[in-house]
Amino acid sequence: MDILYLLIPVSIVLVFLVIGVFWWALGAGQFDNIEREGERILRGD
Amino acid sequence: MSVTTKTGQPAVYNDSVVRWFSIAAVVYGVVGMLVGVIIAAQLTWPELNMGIEWITYGRLRPLHTNAVIFAFGGCTLFATSYYIVQRTCHTPLFLNKLAWFTFIGWNIVIVSAVITLPLGITSGKEYAELEWPIDLLIAVTWVAYAIVFFGTIGIRKVKHIYVANWFFGAFIIAVALLHIVNSAALPVSLFKSYSAYAGVQDAMVQWWYGHNAVGFFLTAAFLGMMYYFIPKQAERPVYSYRLSIVHFWALIFTYMWAGPHHLHYTALPDWTQSVGMVFSLILLAPSWGGMINGIMTLSGAWHKLRDDPILRFLIVSLSFYGMSTFEGPMMSIKTVNALSHYTDWTVGHVHSGALGWVGLVSMGSLYYLIPRLFGQKKMYSVPAIELHFWVATIGIVLYIAAMWIAGVMQGLMWRSVNPDGSLTYTFVESVKATYPFYVIRLLGGLLYLGGMVVMLWNVVMTALQGKAQNAPVLAVNPAHA
Repeated sequence: MDILYLLIPVSIVLVFLVIGVFWWALGAGQFDNIEREGERILRGD
Repeated sequence: MSVTTKTGQPAVYNDSVVRWFSIAAVVYGVVGMLVGVIIAAQLTWPELNMGIEWITYGRLRPLHTNAVIFAFGGCTLFATSYYIVQRTCHTPLFLNKLAWFTFIGWNIVIVSAVITLPLGITSGKEYAELEWPIDLLIAVTWVAYAIVFFGTIGIRKVKHIYVANWFFGAFIIAVALLHIVNSAALPVSLFKSYSAYAGVQDAMVQWWYGHNAVGFFLTAAFLGMMYYFIPKQAERPVYSYRLSIVHFWALIFTYMWAGPHHLHYTALPDWTQSVGMVFSLILLAPSWGGMINGIMTLSGAWHKLRDDPILRFLIVSLSFYGMSTFEGPMMSIKTVNALSHYTDWTVGHVHSGALGWVGLVSMGSLYYLIPRLFGQKKMYSVPAIELHFWVATIGIVLYIAAMWIAGVMQGLMWRSVNPDGSLTYTFVESVKATYPFYVIRLLGGLLYLGGMVVMLWNVVMTALQGKAQNAPVLAVNPAHA
């Protein structure tokens, strides 16, 4: 099962990447005032 | 208030490419489902091969799957993602010409599939049959898609990135990764290559790709569609926007390792199979969170389901999503899989997801999109949408019920042994017993195809009645930027 030496690192890198993007989203205020954002698409776009 | 360009003209969204992808999706839908009906008929009456090698089951089946997933599903995804990302970011597409390149590239891929698959040119990998030159074109087109999509997000006028875009973004990145790793191959001629992996290694990569393709191509991206079109059509915000964010992160954190459940009781190490099973079971939680969130968007406005067939398409698609995301984890449990594996139950499960979830949510979204792309308030015929909904739903129920019964029956017949340890039934006896269910499945497929033909007619009439129009870019209300 040598293939796991490729697939498992790929998954781990990916998880860290996802954590990184999540971290960015938190810092960038993507989750501030969140329920308001759900309504925005209904107000003329 | 609309936005003006540098030359003082009112700025418009780049809806032309959305329009072309939408029309292409409907046409490919009819073609792909027609091929599906043909092969369902061939399973019932094998003589329908007529001795012509190009139309044998083995060659048409990949054509069917490629046509419905990548041509119908793919074009719907391009159309809706380009439509949604422009509106939620309040800006036209980034690099419009590159968006056109994705349209042309993707269609060349589809036409190449239509030519090569019946000729028997295939890499033999399920849902990744296309040979290496076409694989390269897919990779290039996909990179262009990523540039257009993420570029548009980059030039957005609103700080917040709407949840639908997160789903589309994850889908674009994941599919690029899956496609590149799984399609790695050594070409020996223009039309023949060998996989970079061998034996069980290849099987593992194949189903790592295969199941994640289901997860990201056929689920995440269509959830993006759901999170935009259900609120728009219902004219209500998502039930809980907070839950939609949790849904997104939970889904992408847990998806990647469900693949081994396709390889239960094979040469794959036992522990890997168990890991696949556990991850598949975990997936039930985010899936149902998302389904409940979508359906509850109608909370307090259930009456809308009574007179709005488009909303019905969208909401019923979510009930099929809930159904198949419950059935899937159950089938991934090894003891259940011992019965269901290699039977038509699997085929039924896939189609409850494909016809019920992916198909209906795509149709509902296209019914929302198409009149708007042609400057109309609604489709040419609303009763025809109603007809399509009922014909399609009855078709799905016939299809999946027939395959459930056939699958459980096959599983029980195959495992049944006499007191002396010999098998009770020969394989061909199970095939013979399946015959009536193949006929019912064909009928279900015919109904589903019939609904799609009605849709094509309705779309053509709407396009003829209306006029191709690109909507003006709306400015962001400064109080909400």
